[in-house]
Amino acid sequence: MIQTPTPLASSLFSLLTIASLLVAVVMLGSHWLKNYLYAFAAESWVIAALSAAVGFYGHYPELYLIAALTLLFRGLVLPYLIWRIIRRLAVDREIHVILQPGMSMVVGALFVMFAFAVAVRVAGEFHLELTVAVLALTVMLSMKLIGFLMLAVRHEAISQILGLLVLENGIFLGTQILVPGMPLLIELVILFDLLVIVACFGVLVRYLVTHAGTTSSLQLKRLVG
Amino acid sequence: MTGNLLLALTLAPLLAAIGCLAVRRARLAEAINLLAGVVSLAAALPLPFLAGAKPELFLDDYVILDRAAAWVILCTAIVYFLASTYAVGYMRLLKEEERLPRFYALFAAFGFTTLVGPLMNSVGIYWIAIELTTLVSTFLVAFEREAESMEAAWKYIMVVSAGISLALLGTVLFYWAGTFVLGPSYQMTWGVLAAAAPRMNPVVLTLAFLLVLIGYGTKVGLAPMHSWLPDAHSESPAPVSAMLSGALLNTAMVGIVRFLGVTGAAGLGPLPQLALVVFGVLSLAIGALFIVRQQGIKRLMAYSSIEHMGVVALGFGFGGPLGVAGALYHMLNHSLNKSLMFFGAGTVMRAYGTKEIRQIDGVLRRFPAQGALWLAGAVAITGAPPFGLFLSEFTIMRAGMTPSFSWAVYAMAVLLIVIFIGFINHFRAMYYRPTAEEVVEESRASAWCAVPMALAFVPLLVFGLWWPAGMWDYLTSVTQSLSLGVP
Repeated sequence: MIQTPTPLASSLFSLLTIASLLVAVVMLGSHWLKNYLYAFAAESWVIAALSAAVGFYGHYPELYLIAALTLLFRGLVLPYLIWRIIRRLAVDREIHVILQPGMSMVVGALFVMFAFAVAVRVAGEFHLELTVAVLALTVMLSMKLIGFLMLAVRHEAISQILGLLVLENGIFLGTQILVPGMPLLIELVILFDLLVIVACFGVLVRYLVTHAGTTSSLQLKRLVG
Repeated sequence: MTGNLLLALTLAPLLAAIGCLAVRRARLAEAINLLAGVVSLAAALPLPFLAGAKPELFLDDYVILDRAAAWVILCTAIVYFLASTYAVGYMRLLKEEERLPRFYALFAAFGFTTLVGPLMNSVGIYWIAIELTTLVSTFLVAFEREAESMEAAWKYIMVVSAGISLALLGTVLFYWAGTFVLGPSYQMTWGVLAAAAPRMNPVVLTLAFLLVLIGYGTKVGLAPMHSWLPDAHSESPAPVSAMLSGALLNTAMVGIVRFLGVTGAAGLGPLPQLALVVFGVLSLAIGALFIVRQQGIKRLMAYSSIEHMGVVALGFGFGGPLGVAGALYHMLNHSLNKSLMFFGAGTVMRAYGTKEIRQIDGVLRRFPAQGALWLAGAVAITGAPPFGLFLSEFTIMRAGMTPSFSWAVYAMAVLLIVIFIGFINHFRAMYYRPTAEEVVEESRASAWCAVPMALAFVPLLVFGLWWPAGMWDYLTSVTQSLSLGVP
């Protein structure tokens, strides 16, 4: 947590965190896989900007490196990899919708309110109710919940991968504001780890198509009991 | 000395993984992986004797060897060795010769990640080690390339990745709580965290612990986060099932136990332990329900793993020297016994060409030696004397006989009896159900498959009859070193 940021810095952080939350809600409001992908890329760029801003105002020069790598990996390489998977599949949107986009946005809004209540309570423990920490915690928790919502109500393999990445983005965003001094090594390895995860998913999706004949988790119901 | 052993322990499977990819010959890959298994086991056996009461640190404090880690690594190395031996016999039955080198490369890499996990001293890097175990083992689960194994692999990676992202959130919150005590930048090791814990904010610590518990609990297979486990365990090749059950679950349990130690040092009161106890009882209940009505032979073993992880969770949740010693001992017993069970299930499954319990009968006539071992293993895994699991479960029950947890002990006793009846009833059907055709030819299973079953069985029986005093002291001393005292 940056000690006493200037008002300008605080508002910049707030703006960027809220922007990334907004993009997460956009993902809930669509059922086109391409839109999820664009939203995810945009979210990663916002997070990269946030890393750079925190690095600048908080005097953590190593965060510039993180920002550059976030932009490269989360903003470009991961979306490219996922775009390649989408291109190979015959599916370009969610077909069986459990929760209509409008309804899932409402549920998402409820999640944000819940996350805010928890964040205020937690930040209150450190007497930080009036700082950007509340916002960071809110966004971190609500992106977590939104990610789980996407995992639960979306069935296409791509939506599920992106749901997982939203979960990770939420945590990553929170760490930039709450614990910018977290050891560089760990952040680097986590970034790298994400790349490996998506590569694994790519291979697995290909297997799913050839061996299970589907990429929708609705069809995966052989194993029960 | 200890450093060199650790090096041998971890480098052997890592080099084997690279070697298997390089040689591209099935027989050679088999031998390389088996050699790595032997080297790891040889390096792991002396570790508990060398691990002192004070943890030893290596590589700029990134690697820790304490008594808990040494013990879990021993369990893992045993399973890795046994499964590598069994794989030689079993994988040849699959007729996938050209893909075998890749299988063994992944298998050795899986062994590497499970051996490395408990040694990680940095909390963040431990998380990454656990994530890596998932990525490697997903492809082992998917190895048979059938629709079912694909489904299992997909569910496995989705559920577990989503689950342990909660553990990452919990880890970040732990770090955040620490920044108010230690300043914005510090190395988050288990020791540093435990030392700073008494001055950290209890509300945030509790929240962080619950997140971590759910996160790593997914990986351990505690109910209700267990949904990936029966699928992954039942659809992967038998040696992989044994590794998943006997090695991976323990590796993830170490994380929960270390975090429990941190909350113990912080003096958070009974909530963290109570949470673990509740998950333990739930796991036993889910295990019991699904074991009684189970139809698939490997799913039966998988639900039994959930049950036993529940028992281990109960042991750590009850805490105190008895609970911790019982739980650690139960880990070893479960690793040995579940390997034996999955090996037997694999052999039977291949011989009868089915996973359905209904279609298997007269096992003892077809496999006199292995069948007898498997049946004895079934008796052992339900916690009947004179095997090790009886002792460890009994110790855990004694640990729980406190006013706050006695309800859990009664629940555990009832559920264990239900599981005993259900489990043994399935075996009665497979062994002694009257069959129409009386002429059954005796199947010849290879020694590669039979020997590891016998090797797993001997220590189960020996340690069930004789619990050395040194081992008892060793296991109880973990209680102090991880500050897992009585609530």
